[in-house]
Parts: sequence; C-alpha cells; structure tokens
Amino acid sequence: MGTVVTKRIIPCLDCRDGRVVKGVNFQGLQDAGSPVELSLRYQEEGADEIVILDVGATVEGRQNQLETIRAVRADLAIPLTVGGGVRELRDIEALLEAGADKVSINTAGVDRPEFIREASEAFGAQCTVVAIDTKWTYNRWSVLTRAGRDVRDIDTLEWCRQVAELGAGEILLTSFDRDGTKEGYDLKLLRAASSAVSIPIIASGGARVADDLYDAFEAGANAALAASIFHYDSLHISDIKAHLAQRGVTVRQ
Amino acid sequence: MSRVVGVIDTKVANTASIFAGLRRAGLEPIAVGSTSDLAGHEAVVLPGVGVFAAGMAALERMSLVEPLQDWIAADRPFLSVCLGMQLLFESSEESPGVRGLGVVCGAVTRFPDGVVIPHFGWNQIESSSDFFPAGDVYFANSFRATSVPEGWEVATCDHGGPFLAGISKGKVAAVQFHPEISGPVGATILEMWARW
Repeated sequence: MGTVVTKRIIPCLDCRDGRVVKGVNFQGLQDAGSPVELSLRYQEEGADEIVILDVGATVEGRQNQLETIRAVRADLAIPLTVGGGVRELRDIEALLEAGADKVSINTAGVDRPEFIREASEAFGAQCTVVAIDTKWTYNRWSVLTRAGRDVRDIDTLEWCRQVAELGAGEILLTSFDRDGTKEGYDLKLLRAASSAVSIPIIASGGARVADDLYDAFEAGANAALAASIFHYDSLHISDIKAHLAQRGVTVRQ
Repeated sequence: MSRVVGVIDTKVANTASIFAGLRRAGLEPIAVGSTSDLAGHEAVVLPGVGVFAAGMAALERMSLVEPLQDWIAADRPFLSVCLGMQLLFESSEESPGVRGLGVVCGAVTRFPDGVVIPHFGWNQIESSSDFFPAGDVYFANSFRATSVPEGWEVATCDHGGPFLAGISKGKVAAVQFHPEISGPVGATILEMWARW
C-alpha cells in the first residue's frame, strides 16, 4: 500500500579553489572539471541531490566556495548539501545565504559535539548533515578528522548514535578504507550503522558499478554517494537508476 | 518583465534556494521583513523550516500574523512551503498551545510510530487537481496534516498512511514538500503558481 521514499543517488563534488578534484584514500588529487558544469550534468542525468565538499578549506578557498555555491544554485533544482571547514553557526548561515539547502559538519562536531545540537536547533535537523569519516582499526571503526589526517579515539557506531541524539538529520558515512578504491561500499559498516540509528545513512566510499549501489541499499543505506565513477568512468546516473529499478529498488524516475 | 514576489525572510530557511527556484519560474523575489514591506507586493511566499512555535514567533515579531490572515482571506497570490504550510493550520502537535494562522481548519500531527521520522527524501504525490502534477517531490518533515480541509483541492502522499502534500484554493497554495528543490515536478508547480 502507498508510496515509499525513494533511494537517492548523490554525486559528490570535492572542490578546491573552484575546481572539482578527486583522489584515492583522500590523497593525490586530480582535476575533474567545473562544479557548475558537473552538477548541472548530473542533475540532467537524474541525480537526486548534489554534495559539494570544500577540500581546500583555506581562507581564499572559502570565498571561492561561496561563489561556487551561488553559481551552482542558480540552475540547480535538486537539494544541495555543502560541507568542508564548517566550524561555526555563521559558516552555516553564509552557506545557506549562498544557496545551500543542507550543511555538512565533520571535524568541528567531533571537537565540540554541542555544535551539532546548536546547528540543528538553529537551522533544523533537515539542514544538519553530519559527515563521519571512518577507518577500520584493529577491532572497530574509528572516527577520522581533518580529512582523514587524524585517527580519533572514538568508536564510529557510538558516534553515529550520539550525533543522531544531538539532532543530526542524516549521516554521510565515508569509509576511508574504500574511498576511491572502487572495491564497493563497506557493507559491514553500513549494516552496523543503519542498525545503530534510525536517521538516514548516506553510503560513501568505494563505488565502482551499479550493483555496488544496490548492495549499499540492501545493507540499509538510504542514499549512495559517489564521485569518481561519475566524473571519470562515464557511468550515467540514468543507467544506474534503470538497473536499480529492474532489481526492484524504488528510485525517482 | 518579471513579476515581483515578496518572500518572508525567516532567517533560518534555505531562502537563497527558494529565491533561485522562483527566479527559474520567471519571478523576481525580494525579501520581506515587515508589514510595510508586504504592502508593495502582488504576491507573497512564506518559506520556513524549524519548529512551529518559532515560526509563529517570527511572524509575530514581524507583525505579520494579521496581515497574512487578511492577505489569504482576500485570495491574494500566496504560496507557503514546508513549515509555512503547517503554519496555516490551527495548531500543531509539535508546539502544543501555540496558535497557528488558522486560515485552514485542522491540526498538524506527528507521523505515526513505525515509519522513519523525519520523512526525508523524494516521495510520490497524487492529486486530482490540475495544480498538482503527479510525481516525485522532495520532503523533509516530521509533522503533517491529514484531514482534507473543506473547499481546498489537495495533493496527497503516503508515509505511514496518507497525508496532505499540498493544498490549493484560488490564488492561495501551500505545499509540505520543497518545490524549489523538487526537480521538474517542483518547477512545474512554481510555474503554475506564477500564473496566478
């Protein structure tokens, strides 16, 4: 009976100095094109949302980022999430003023968890995405901060539960181990995280083929994010959606 | 020449995104922060995210409660989005004791247990009204209205049972989803409304 919320496909644009870049395990960044051109191309192909992450996070980079957001927003009629270096409520305000619909908080939330609550209370849970970068360490997934440079003594699943309580609307969960490797999403991680919380989980890190997205949805993810497969491999979102629909996944047509 | 539309500036919404959506529909949005601002416009948009009580408090602070009630009663072009739609009702379970604008009869209630709350993402709407096309639109809500108000055309959606995705009467429309980021379906609705 009735309708269901569709599974989302989200291309991610890692941006530095106004250009889209992409690396492997967060390293060795290569130029992948213009954020405006790429986001509009993905919208045409049927993307359900766009994520733009500022991976430069310098002062000049920040101004560039706001200009990028303004330029992308003008013609983008799907949700836009922006992150990278979001540390204060006024950063969120500036991004919303530039045209973001949601803002992604990462390191600043780990350093000061109350920031997540403040953001959610001021702008709503629907605007507050918490990005968690994680890596398997011996016997658990540990939280990483500063774009993967620091391994924190925090259990990822525990952190997922905590951010949900603090008012996060969604979790963007990136497997550092899989990022850019094209080995498929970390399904064990997705199963564990989606059982730990009831808020939507966006799977990130490792996609290669359409079936990887299928597996992520089966493992409990509500959305699947990818970058290089869209930027370099000319894998079309419309083809992925057709494939998913054929396998019984409800997607937006 | 594009037509000017006043957008009530609640400071916490994705206003720039709404502005962009209205521009794509051929309108020229201008931020409105008070009663005197309202007077100069032909049409008004009430966006809004956040809590019901905070939304009403913002309207009271801007002295916009009565002017908006009069505006809607006079069937002047009006569109409210997300929390903006909920504010049209009499009350909400989210903020017990707080009175809404009350231009639509009924109360806003929380989604039932057993479904994912908030209701986030793309979901399908249906309607017998020409104003609402069928298709997927983007939602981000924990509360919604369910009983069809008399005299209004409606669009419905389903999340743990049917609820009101949109209502329209004359030149007044309200949607629970976000038309500004709802792809082609959302764009069609904004273009329809812009023909008031």
